[in-house]
Amino acid sequence: MIEGIGVFDVLAVSTIIFFVGLFGFVTRKNMISLLISIELMLNSVALNFVVFNKFLYPGNIQGYIFTLFLIAVAAAEVALAIAIIISFYRMDNSIDADEMDSLSG
Amino acid sequence: MDFKFTIWILILPTLVFLFTGLLGKKMPAKISGWIGTASMATAMLLAYKTAYEYFFQVGFVDGIRPTIFAYKEVWMKFTDTLVFDMGILIDPISVLMLVVVTTVSFLVHLYSIGYMHGDQGYYKFFSFLSLFSVSMLALVVATNIFQIYFFWELVGVSSYLLIGFYYDKPSAVSAAKKAFIVTRFADLGFLIGILLLSFHAGTFDFMTLVSEDGPLLAQTAPPVFMGLSIFGVALSLIFVGGAGKSAMFPLHIWLPDAMEGPTPVSALIHAATMVVAGVYLVARLFPAFQGVDGGAVLHLVAWTGAISSLFAAIIAMTQDDIKRVLAYSTMSQIGYMMLALGVSGMEGHHGLGYMASMFHLFTHAMFKALLFLGAGSVIHAVHSNLMKDMGGLRKYMPITHITFLIACLAISGVPPFSGFFSKDEILAAAFEQNKILFAIEYAVAGLTAFYMFRIYFGIFWGKETVYKHTPHESPLTMSLPLLILAIATVFIGFIPFGHFVTADRALYDIHIDPMMAGASVGVGLIGILVAYILYKKESTLADGVSEMFGQGYTWAKDKFYMDEVYQFFAHKMMFAGVAAPVAWIDKNIVDGFMNGIGWITETFSMMLEDWQSGRVRQYAFSFILGLLVIIFAVLYLNGIIDFKG
Repeated sequence: MIEGIGVFDVLAVSTIIFFVGLFGFVTRKNMISLLISIELMLNSVALNFVVFNKFLYPGNIQGYIFTLFLIAVAAAEVALAIAIIISFYRMDNSIDADEMDSLSG
Repeated sequence: MDFKFTIWILILPTLVFLFTGLLGKKMPAKISGWIGTASMATAMLLAYKTAYEYFFQVGFVDGIRPTIFAYKEVWMKFTDTLVFDMGILIDPISVLMLVVVTTVSFLVHLYSIGYMHGDQGYYKFFSFLSLFSVSMLALVVATNIFQIYFFWELVGVSSYLLIGFYYDKPSAVSAAKKAFIVTRFADLGFLIGILLLSFHAGTFDFMTLVSEDGPLLAQTAPPVFMGLSIFGVALSLIFVGGAGKSAMFPLHIWLPDAMEGPTPVSALIHAATMVVAGVYLVARLFPAFQGVDGGAVLHLVAWTGAISSLFAAIIAMTQDDIKRVLAYSTMSQIGYMMLALGVSGMEGHHGLGYMASMFHLFTHAMFKALLFLGAGSVIHAVHSNLMKDMGGLRKYMPITHITFLIACLAISGVPPFSGFFSKDEILAAAFEQNKILFAIEYAVAGLTAFYMFRIYFGIFWGKETVYKHTPHESPLTMSLPLLILAIATVFIGFIPFGHFVTADRALYDIHIDPMMAGASVGVGLIGILVAYILYKKESTLADGVSEMFGQGYTWAKDKFYMDEVYQFFAHKMMFAGVAAPVAWIDKNIVDGFMNGIGWITETFSMMLEDWQSGRVRQYAFSFILGLLVIIFAVLYLNGIIDFKG
């Protein structure tokens, strides 16, 4: 870790990444973009785990372990989401999230 | 002598009911008939064994006939004293009823084999007959008033099934419903009576209820209603239930319509067994009826019986359907039994009425079953119930003719046939107690002889009707029961009945008072003579006589408009006054409330429908917006931020 970078710097970065992801999630229609936005938010959370573990509980490793889990879950989630998007594309010839409302009540 | 075997009298018909009911369809029709008949024959022999052992081997204990509990098992225990038992009680009247029910039921089973031949629901008919028989048998051996009520209702159900046996005939269906509803209505009184009695006396048990030091007879309760104590009220209500089942005025309207059922059913249920259940109930509780409130309830019983018997006899004279005549005649004869109970006391000679009532029940069961079965034989031959389609049948059906004649003589009280002995005792008992009641019953005896011989001459003599198919004598299965019942009718009158069944259960010797006997035979012969003059040959005399009575004849022919009175009460008053407003409240207020809740939910959800668009970005946006609101709210409430700046 580079000297002089404190907990607030990292938290600032992760917050920025989170809100970029959130903004993207709300504004984009393309489902691939939505997926990328979700990944951004997830990674910002993973970053938080790491930084809190390092600065607040230096002796422990739970935060790191949890981050590893998060990465694995994120990978699985992406695989699933891509599969859904592809099958939706095959059906409707579109990946616009707003058109994906056939299950609404 | 423990009478453990009596349980088989109940088990056999139950098994037959289940067996023929479940498997009858898969077997040849004949089998279910013969199984039913065989089981009833066995039950009959067991009942005779019971009677023999009870009357001759047990005999008297301390000069009275004892009560024996063959079985008494606790079924439901409400409190320590209020226990609902199931059991078999053996005493003179229950043994008497066992003999009557099994005998008539056996003969009716045998008769039905011929009568129902070729019917679609042959197996079903025998299954229902068995169900009825077991209900009736369990009713008569009941150890407590709750058990009797239990089987009382079961008898009602099986009667409903049998009356409505021809369920594709609308008239049969409505007759079945009428019988069930009217008796059920009366049973409401019975149930309230039981509840009052058991609540205040603290027991259902017959033995406790009628014992000298029991809660009914030992205490004097204060009057609560029209001079009756609470026990008197309860007994009156119980009598209402009995009057309903026994077709007493004014609850009789179901009985004539119940003739829609097959004729053997009428012989079994509406002549010999079920309709005397009310008489049996009063007899069962007789010491209570006699002791509570100085016998005030017994006056009600006596007058109900007298009015019913007169009323029914007048109507019976005008009816053209022979089964209906017999139905009214049954009602009239049951009126006799009720009256005899009503004028009876307890000890020795005062208990004559009780003995006479039970005697008449016994003889009436035989000769009335014979009359019904004979009528069934006639109907079987000419395919009509109406007297105008009959006439001159004596040549075609000699056995039916002779047996029917014997039964008619018996019911008219001509010696030496059985009806003479029992009716004579009833008249004697009435004469000693109340001259007005005696006068009514004396007149009814004459009317009875008249209307019975009216249909006798109408069927077997009268005009020479030309038949499409020449009528022929019925098969042996049908004529054999007629012969057996005819023999019974001739001889059972000579049984010294006072040796077996009396109110105080001690030995009593019947003395026939020649004056009384002469008078009752005389009035019977006058009735027969009038019928002979009017109906022996086809003539216009009878029409002339009915002309003479003018309006009265029309009224009687229309059954004194009792059905119309009920119709008025039911339709005009109950429907318009009670049912219609209640239905309106149900439809508009109760249903309206429920529909209103549904409507509000639906409308509200329609408003929210647009929110659930299925667009995931919109959801996310709402979610974030909501989250922000919550975050700011929490921060504000905790004083961390302040919007005032």
